[in-house]
Amino acid sequence: MSDAGHRFRTLLGHRLFWPVAVLVVMLAANTVYRPGFLAVEINNGHLYGTPIDILRLSAPLILVALGMTLVISTGGIDLSVGSTCAISGAIACLYISRAPDQNNLGTVLTALAMALGVALVLGAWNGVLVSVIGIQPIIATLILMVAGRGLAQLIAEGQIITINSGPYRAIGLGHLLTLPLAIFIALAAALLVAAFTRRTALGMIVESVGGNREASRLAGIRSGRVVFLVYVVSAACAAIAGFMMTANVSSADGNNTGLWVELDAILAVVIGGTSLAGGRFYLSGTIVGALIIQTLTTTVYAMNISPQTALLFKAVVVIAVCLIQAPAFRARFRRRRPGTPPPPQSSPQRQKEQVPA
Amino acid sequence: MRNMRMPMARRRAMAVVAAVLLAGGVAACGNSDTGSGNDGGGDDKLVLGFSQVGAESGWRTANTNSIKEAAAEAGIELKFDDAQQKQENQIKAIRNYIQQKVDVIAFSPVVESGWDTVLKEAKDAGIPVILTDRAVDSADKSLYKTFLGSDFVKEGRLSGEWLVENKKDATGDVNIVELQGTTGSAPANDRKKGFAEAIAADPKLKVIASQSGDFTRAGGKQVMEQFLKAHPKIDVLFAHNDDMGLGALEAITAAGKEPGKDITIITIDAVKDGMQALADGKFNFIAECSPLLGPQLMDLAKKVKAGEEVPPRIETEETTFTQEQAKEALPNRKY
Repeated sequence: MSDAGHRFRTLLGHRLFWPVAVLVVMLAANTVYRPGFLAVEINNGHLYGTPIDILRLSAPLILVALGMTLVISTGGIDLSVGSTCAISGAIACLYISRAPDQNNLGTVLTALAMALGVALVLGAWNGVLVSVIGIQPIIATLILMVAGRGLAQLIAEGQIITINSGPYRAIGLGHLLTLPLAIFIALAAALLVAAFTRRTALGMIVESVGGNREASRLAGIRSGRVVFLVYVVSAACAAIAGFMMTANVSSADGNNTGLWVELDAILAVVIGGTSLAGGRFYLSGTIVGALIIQTLTTTVYAMNISPQTALLFKAVVVIAVCLIQAPAFRARFRRRRPGTPPPPQSSPQRQKEQVPA
Repeated sequence: MRNMRMPMARRRAMAVVAAVLLAGGVAACGNSDTGSGNDGGGDDKLVLGFSQVGAESGWRTANTNSIKEAAAEAGIELKFDDAQQKQENQIKAIRNYIQQKVDVIAFSPVVESGWDTVLKEAKDAGIPVILTDRAVDSADKSLYKTFLGSDFVKEGRLSGEWLVENKKDATGDVNIVELQGTTGSAPANDRKKGFAEAIAADPKLKVIASQSGDFTRAGGKQVMEQFLKAHPKIDVLFAHNDDMGLGALEAITAAGKEPGKDITIITIDAVKDGMQALADGKFNFIAECSPLLGPQLMDLAKKVKAGEEVPPRIETEETTFTQEQAKEALPNRKY
């Protein structure tokens, strides 16, 4: 019994426990409100249902948040990702719309390569501003956040570019093994980032730079280069997310593509347990955070919460999630319950786990 | 002290100059009346300062182009400024126009409030102001000459009236879902209101769900996906603009339904992509919200400069489209 109790406490102490619990509670609440919420059926040879919508729509946010996790881990922040989404989407759609055959795979691949190339340049710009020139990240990326929207509009000449391209549409709406292709792209990106950061020393280096940039440099890490790199990765993730967003509606809207996605991404990272002060980062937590945010949006529509109260509803849920996530808040709550003193052998263990969070 | 006195003195000087200019302007108008052929030349050209909201949509771009083209056609010198969605830019632009002593100032306000001071400066300088497309909430109506723009309530009402007529033979409840514009914006509030008023005429027309799609395609699509899952029987979709309707099309097709047949779709705006969908039979009805108010604006500018009385509220010339009308109108569509 004490073994089971101990295991339960270990589970409670896991940093993914509370975000996942919140996600489950939200899905359960939706199912109570509408029993068919979690129903998935086969429609036109692929899975169709609200859970699939949530997965598909959260894919771009997962991508953006992955890059954001690395940036935040170095103690920085990237506000320009939304604009990067808009720019990359606009470039890709513009190139495809001008092509003689929009369904040509080569055309679409060229468009993607071009847009990705520009995004990498934008990421490098952020990286240089932050790591070489030494501007505060929030200011450095704010430049591109504001200017980038204008750039996206300039590319699209203030119009919404509508395209009719099968291969491009597939990025947002295609299916693989009955599931949306977008999910696989996001998953592949997550695995790639995880492999590079967790199977090599790169992740530790990023965290050490976030912990103390100067100390890391003195320890022999080229801190500047690491900081530069995370902004480039963040821009690349944002570019792919931009492809998904524009492919989802087969059109590029310079004003609205990826609008405020940077804030959602930062929120996803924070819900996932990564500290805004930098240091340790949690990719799996970020993914759960992104799923929570998309589920929250879908909940508003599924429960038909009036648009006037929707923002308040979201804010209350987000505050609740953040409080539940905070170890200090939970500890206070726990101390008020009398009669359940934690066993002495597990208490130092938990403390040790709380330090990085 | 010096800093405080400077603007006062400058303003007074400006008022004098403006008054002289105004008198000159009236005379110039008299001249051009006698010989309307030489509208294009000389220094007596009417100067119009226009501050645009921004370039946030195809609609806005068409609006800008219409104003630029109409000004060139009417022989009016246009000073154009793009405020990029910021009120402070717009106030700065209007102050610039006052300093440049333009004849008439026109602008589409980014937001409704906070205009009294700058409008008063224009009034003191004797420069008449025309509002286009969007209104301001100033209590003092003498601060501007007229407001030229669409009647959003009417657009909603026309949509609703068409639906009442279209569904008059339907038996049983007609379930309507509504995609609202940006929460709290004037077009969203007014279109919702007009539509609700019109469909109240027939008790079997029921709005079963209404959500904001933020006037975007992605928003419209995401909301419609959930509507379709939550409500098995949807007969009508009313979208506050074409873009949300276009986004919803994909969601409807993915749900295995045929837009325009299984679900009747009504939208507002009539931009080119929307008109194309209407001509293709995917939409059923569009109430136009025309951005082409350039010619009307130039007429008004000439009238207010000549000191003629103009009505305080002027509606943009607009119409509605059915599928057949869309097929006819589409080749000549400018936006």
